[in-house]
Amino acid sequence: MVERVIDIKGVHFGYGKSWVLEDINFQVNEGDFIGVIGPNGGGKTTLIKVILGLLKPQKGQVFIRGYPVEKGRKFIGYVPQAIEFDRAFPISVQDVVRMGRLSQNRLLKPYNQKDEKIVQECLEKVEMWHLRHHCIGELSGGERQRVYIARALATKPHILLLDEPTANVDSKVQNNIYELLRQLNEHITILLVSHDLGAISRHVKTIACLNRRLYYHGDKLITPEMLEATYNCPIDLIAHGIPHRVFPPHQ
Amino acid sequence: MASPIGYSPHINNPHPQDGDKPHPQDRDKPHPQDRDKPHPYMPMLESLQSALQLEFMRNAIIAGILVSIACGIIGTFVVVNRIVFISGGIAHAAYGGIGLAIFFRFNPLLGAIFFSLLSGIAMAVVERRTNERKDTIIGTLWAMGMSIGIILIDLTRGYKANLMNYLFGSILAVPKQDLWLMLILDLVILLMVCLLYKELLAISFDPVFATTRNLPVDSLYLLLISAISLTIVMVMQVVGLIMVIALLTIPPAIANQYVRGMIPMMILGSLLGMAFILVGLILSFLFNLTSGATIILVAGTTYFLSYLFQFFFPRKLSVP
Repeated sequence: MVERVIDIKGVHFGYGKSWVLEDINFQVNEGDFIGVIGPNGGGKTTLIKVILGLLKPQKGQVFIRGYPVEKGRKFIGYVPQAIEFDRAFPISVQDVVRMGRLSQNRLLKPYNQKDEKIVQECLEKVEMWHLRHHCIGELSGGERQRVYIARALATKPHILLLDEPTANVDSKVQNNIYELLRQLNEHITILLVSHDLGAISRHVKTIACLNRRLYYHGDKLITPEMLEATYNCPIDLIAHGIPHRVFPPHQ
Repeated sequence: MASPIGYSPHINNPHPQDGDKPHPQDRDKPHPQDRDKPHPYMPMLESLQSALQLEFMRNAIIAGILVSIACGIIGTFVVVNRIVFISGGIAHAAYGGIGLAIFFRFNPLLGAIFFSLLSGIAMAVVERRTNERKDTIIGTLWAMGMSIGIILIDLTRGYKANLMNYLFGSILAVPKQDLWLMLILDLVILLMVCLLYKELLAISFDPVFATTRNLPVDSLYLLLISAISLTIVMVMQVVGLIMVIALLTIPPAIANQYVRGMIPMMILGSLLGMAFILVGLILSFLFNLTSGATIILVAGTTYFLSYLFQFFFPRKLSVP
């Protein structure tokens, strides 16, 4: 039986008077590679924060592998957006990845040999081991993204959760990162959010659309209704920007 | 205290401590404190040498070393967490505690510790929890803390002297017991960093990721703020409020330009702090200047020179 990794039931969340997320029902199963697309301000980052337990939904529940978020989030390897960040921060690539080995019951205990081995494996997997002594601020956007992926992998996650993984990188680097994610998906479930419909649709297995409400049918087809509800604009305005294969046959 | 305001910046102020005797070998040379006559270069250095034998000068150097260690370690956290402004706020708000202690006649050190912890925690909560303009709220707490101190001292008669000491400090008049307190503080800080280094690094670099790993991020942040508050109060006691902020920020900031990790930054920051204090003390002695201000100017000038140097020759030392 396929395990249900993330289970979101009837979640409502708002910062003020109106809902940013409304009645979200969404299941992520083991082995999935789901891209959540939506316009800026559509609630993508909020959804990630709810899944990580950084924000508490006013209504509804989130389970990760059957546990409530505070307990279940240890199974998530979180890869944040690599944009906002202090370039002068004195931390080496290796130390960033070591953070993935932290946990509550490791307080006061130093990293051990097993941790160092995992850190090396993860850095080799993303091909960044040779830059391990470099300062994180000396890396390019794409390299930094790889380091954050390595850090998430070092947590030995059941699911990778990525927030705009290809923001601010050029299209060649973008393809490299998606190729890496495709390889990782052979063993790990992946959920990512992006506003870049074109890039996402070529690489993920299935697509969900989010703009306050979430539309997901467990396949890669985006119906005109989904798009219209998500982007609130006539489909032909954006149809040219995305590959035709994500559309059902045109009538 | 020798001077009416309890503040003795100049070496030629007669100092009441013992050990203040010319070295036997220097009997026929100009007395170090005999500064009325202009002297040629060599005797100047020799008078410096004999000055280093004076107890208050030795104490000043020991104080400088102990203070530099605390500031190098804690200042590294202040700089990388970008909470220099909060540290300034804590230092000035501690003033309110000193006023409170003087008004109610208990130990000013306790008052300062109480107020700085209180204001530090308040500012940490503002920094982490509100969506308001954080710097405005912190700036207001900063100003109010200081004003409370001044008003309370206005209401108390005859204590104005002490207050100036806290503002400018006097590294040349550090009592021995303060050196012991500084040593204890250094050991406590070292212990904290040894035990919790990887967690403190994580909450400084990426608190959100640390939260997803279920680390007690808020408790660790409060622990860090408390350590910063304690350091500020203790160091302020020795070198004054203005020099605390300078020593917390300048040496780690320079170190940050050259090294790739927080631990090398702490070590280099501490060493730079010691160098600045030593050079500043020597210059202040040779040219008869206020010691605290001289030390700060030495540090600040080095910072900007180093900044320019990094701008033209960007390079990091590789520390594995």
